[in-house]
Amino acid sequence: MITGLKPKHQRLILVLIALIALIGAGLLAASALRNQASYFYVPTQMAEKPPAPGQAVRLGGMVQEGSLQTLADGVTTTFVVGDGEATVPVRFAGILPDLFVEGSGVVAEGRLDAGGTFVADNLLAKHDENYVPRELQEMTEHQKNQVVAETEIGA
Amino acid sequence: MHGFANPKRFLNIARWLTTLLLVSGLVLAGGALAWGFFMVPPDRLMGDTVRILFLHVPAAWLGMGGWSAIAMSSLVFLVWRHPLAALAARGAAVPGMIFTAICLVTGSIWGRPTWGTWWVWDGRLTSMLVLLFLYVGYIALAQAVSRDGGSSRIPAIFGLVGAINIPIINRSVVWWNSLHQPASITMGKSAIDSTFLIPLLIAVAGFSLLFGGIVLARMRTLLADIQTEARLRRKAMG
Repeated sequence: MITGLKPKHQRLILVLIALIALIGAGLLAASALRNQASYFYVPTQMAEKPPAPGQAVRLGGMVQEGSLQTLADGVTTTFVVGDGEATVPVRFAGILPDLFVEGSGVVAEGRLDAGGTFVADNLLAKHDENYVPRELQEMTEHQKNQVVAETEIGA
Repeated sequence: MHGFANPKRFLNIARWLTTLLLVSGLVLAGGALAWGFFMVPPDRLMGDTVRILFLHVPAAWLGMGGWSAIAMSSLVFLVWRHPLAALAARGAAVPGMIFTAICLVTGSIWGRPTWGTWWVWDGRLTSMLVLLFLYVGYIALAQAVSRDGGSSRIPAIFGLVGAINIPIINRSVVWWNSLHQPASITMGKSAIDSTFLIPLLIAVAGFSLLFGGIVLARMRTLLADIQTEARLRRKAMG
C-alpha cells in the first residue's frame, strides 16, 4: 500500500482516517438532528414558525417576573414564558411543581390554541446549572450577586 | 510505554497499585459521600435533593470516562497489537456500565422532585441511555469473542465506533434544547457554590481512584484466566 512505512504506522494512519470520517459523520448527523432532537421550542421559535393549533409541542423558557396569576376557579394559573426576545402566554390547570417560581425555567407540554395562548397539560420545572446553599437566600440581592460573581471567577 | 506493556512487569506493579487505588478511593469517596449526605447545607431551591449530586456527577463522569478508556485502549490495541490493551478495555467495561447505570438511576430519582418527572426523552438522558446499551453490547461481544476464540479486533472496533457517543453526550445540552441543565463546571469556571463544589470534586477524585483499582483488579483476573487456560492446555497435550 504505502511503501516505506512500518505496518504499525500504516495501521495508525488507517485508524486515524477512519476516526476522522466517523467523527465527521457523527457531527453531520447531530447537526441534521438539531431541530428534531430539541426537547422543546423556545418562544422565539414559536413566534417565527408557530406550530399548527392543536399540535402537541413543548414550550420552554423563563417564567416572566410578575406574570403569574391564579384565576378565580383556584386551579387554573396563567403566566408568560419568555426567552428575552419573544413571549408566549401560557394557561395551565393543575398542581404546579415545587421549583416553579417566577424567574425560573419551565418546560410546558401542550398545544397552542387558536388565540395564540399555549394550553399546557403538564409542567416540568427546569433547573439551571447553579447550585447555591440555602443560607445565601437570606442575603440581600447585592450580597448574592457578589457571591455568585466570586463563585464564577474562583471556580 | 513499552516497558509497562510487559505482562510480568505489569503484574508486579498492578499487585500493589490495585490495593493502593482501592483503599485510597474507598476512603476518599466514602468520606466525600458522608460529607455530601450529612454535612452540606440544603440547596436554595432543591433542598436536600441536592445531595444526590455527590453520587450522580462522579457516576456520570466515570460512565463517560470508562468508554473513553475503552476507546483509547482499543486504539492502542488496533495499532500496536498489544494484548494488555485489549484486557484494559475489557476491564473498564463492567465498572463503566455500573457507573452509567448509577448515573441514570440517581438522575431519575433527582428528576422526580426537581423537574416533576422520572424520565424524559431529551438529548442528554437519551444519549446516556444509549451509552448504557453500548456497554451491554460491548461486554456481550467481548465475552463471546474470548469464549469462542474470535479476533479481539472485533470488540476493539466496536469500542472505537461507540466513542462517537461521548462527544454527543457532552454536547447534547449545548446543541439541543434539553430539560437537563447545561454543564455547571466548565474550564476554570463553576456555577456550583464552593460549599458543594469541594466535596463534589473529592467524590469525583475518590471514585476515579476506585475505578482505576477495579480496572486493574479485573485485568489481573483476566490475565490469570488466560494463564490457567494455557497451563491446562499444556497439561492435556503432555
